[in-house]
Amino acid sequence: MKKTYLLEDLCCANCAAAIERGVAKIDGVQSASVSFLTTKLVVEAEEAGYDEIFKQIQKVVKKTEPDVTIKEI
Amino acid sequence: MKKRKRRLIISGALFAAALVVSAVLPDEPWAGWLQLAAFLQAYIFTAHKVLFKAVRNISYGKIFDENFLMAVASIGAFFIGEYPEAVAVMLFYQVGELFEDYAVGKSRKSIADLMNIRPDYANLKLADGTVEKTDPDRVKPGDVIIIRPGEKVPLDGVILSGASMVDTAALTGESVPRDVCEGSEILSGCINLNGLLEVGVTKEFGQSTVNRILELVENATSQKARTENFITRFAAVYTPVVVITAVLLAVVPPLVSEGAAFADWLYRALNFLVVSCPCALVISVPLGFFGGIGAASKAGVLVKGSNYLEAAAHAEYVVMDKTGTLTKGVFEVEKIVPCGGLSAEEMLCLAASAEGGSNHPISLSLLRAAGEAGLELTTAENVEEIAGHGLSVDVSGRHVLAGNGRLMELKGISYEEACEPGTVVHIAVDGSYAGYILIADQLKDDAAMAVGGLKEAGIRTVMLTGDNSTAAEVVGKTVGIDQIFAELLPEDKVIRVEELLAAKSRKGKLIFVGDGINDAPVLARADVGVAMGGLGSDAAIEAADVVIMQDEPSKLLDLMQIAKKTLAVVRQNIVFALGVKLLVLILSALGFANMWAAVFADVGVSMIAIINSMRLLKE
Repeated sequence: MKKTYLLEDLCCANCAAAIERGVAKIDGVQSASVSFLTTKLVVEAEEAGYDEIFKQIQKVVKKTEPDVTIKEI
Repeated sequence: MKKRKRRLIISGALFAAALVVSAVLPDEPWAGWLQLAAFLQAYIFTAHKVLFKAVRNISYGKIFDENFLMAVASIGAFFIGEYPEAVAVMLFYQVGELFEDYAVGKSRKSIADLMNIRPDYANLKLADGTVEKTDPDRVKPGDVIIIRPGEKVPLDGVILSGASMVDTAALTGESVPRDVCEGSEILSGCINLNGLLEVGVTKEFGQSTVNRILELVENATSQKARTENFITRFAAVYTPVVVITAVLLAVVPPLVSEGAAFADWLYRALNFLVVSCPCALVISVPLGFFGGIGAASKAGVLVKGSNYLEAAAHAEYVVMDKTGTLTKGVFEVEKIVPCGGLSAEEMLCLAASAEGGSNHPISLSLLRAAGEAGLELTTAENVEEIAGHGLSVDVSGRHVLAGNGRLMELKGISYEEACEPGTVVHIAVDGSYAGYILIADQLKDDAAMAVGGLKEAGIRTVMLTGDNSTAAEVVGKTVGIDQIFAELLPEDKVIRVEELLAAKSRKGKLIFVGDGINDAPVLARADVGVAMGGLGSDAAIEAADVVIMQDEPSKLLDLMQIAKKTLAVVRQNIVFALGVKLLVLILSALGFANMWAAVFADVGVSMIAIINSMRLLKE
């Protein structure tokens, strides 16, 4: 399953890379990619238990860059 | 942004005031305290936001955060009495950030502008004949929409009434407008220039050309190039290493050596902290690739990922399909060879009249040629189709045979053997041979130029075709292809490509160019699969890594050029950013660089890298 999120107020390229690494490490996430220029996060993950995965994603984003808000599109 | 700017201007003023105060103060103990107070208030005003963020981010468990590094560096500078430096680090760090945000915002915007083909509305024609402005998303296939002059075409469809010129530049990079009329297909993303059009919608917005292209380009940066992955991995190691070195630098020399002053080494260590932020490195690579992808789409070449752009720059082999790639894939009358008493025009007229009722591509090309020559055709009578041979008909009282050599043999007519590539239509009138018409696939106008350009760039060109060797040889020789493989079945093409993949050097890449029809396996197998004439062909857009919107092989040269330039910019950025950082680190460790140099190595370098990347979009 593929989901795309908008990372609002993402303004540091290194944080984008850090978020990408962090999200990719979450259990159940097959791949993650953050584009700094479009400020989009694309996650490919298992459908089962996605709610839990999404909570983890939010945690990673908050931890890496507290100013960023995550929005589903 | 405005608020930040105002804040920084006040900071700068406070900083300047503190500098003036410290310059005019006499050299007495009480003056030292006054000086500290002057700089401290400038510092607090300048730095409070960064300090706040640093503390907050630590509470989230984020160490090595740039706010934190800057806070430590500037507070450290205060402790060793370098007041101006402490304020300057904070001030310029924030000025740099502001510029960086501005530049990134600008490049985001210029890419959005480039992609500014998303239609905002559609004029939906309702059942009672009135027109309603609505969201393109809400229009369904089968609905009728009105497109006025100057408006964007919101959805793909077929023109029901009206005629106009449309500007397809946003999709194809082609500046010459296209003529459309009743019955023509029209693609979303074009701009209707002068006529009022009524269009029957054929696809919903999600499936329409414009939306597919937008999605494709926006997602392109998710497919990252090797360089990009390398640099983000490098950055993840770089910061901790530099910070640890900084700690060692501050602690070890003063402990080991008698003469080493702690304050001096601390200053050097603080410089390290300022330089340790990897942003310049991390930002420069994706921005470069994004610029390249943007520049390519401006030229009508859609690249689906940074990795493909990177691969295209390392092309060693370009393998091309013949039909539809180098040639138009449309059969046209190439020449007419009369051998009896008839003129070429009479022959064409008879042949076209004879084939008038048929839908065969050969017949159609005869009809087209006759139409172009302005010939008046008559209806054929007593049409008899001899399968696998040709036609036997009566045209205005004359008995006409039109077909291949076997037809002539069947009817006992001696004919001239034509040894030319293409399809030969022999004509016999009233039982005697009149000559033949050669119908061949036409080379694209820019095919030779494209191949020539590729060879000039040192790339080996190979042509694959299912066509016979004679036809392949002629096309190959004319455009100057290095190597030709003819009479291939689709699966043979895959085998040939695999052989070439094995033959190429490890670093070199193989690009396959096809028309996106029937060559999906080869497109997938090549390092970069390029489909040509993607405009309106969903299959091609789906299967390929790179889509050339217009039917022009010379766009390959544009792709190569942009790819090479992009890689050059990315390399310049990496070398420059790493080089300056390394240089400042070494100079700092030796005690030659001050904090101003360190600030430049951090934000100055990011800004220059951003500006360098933006060059790609400008041209």
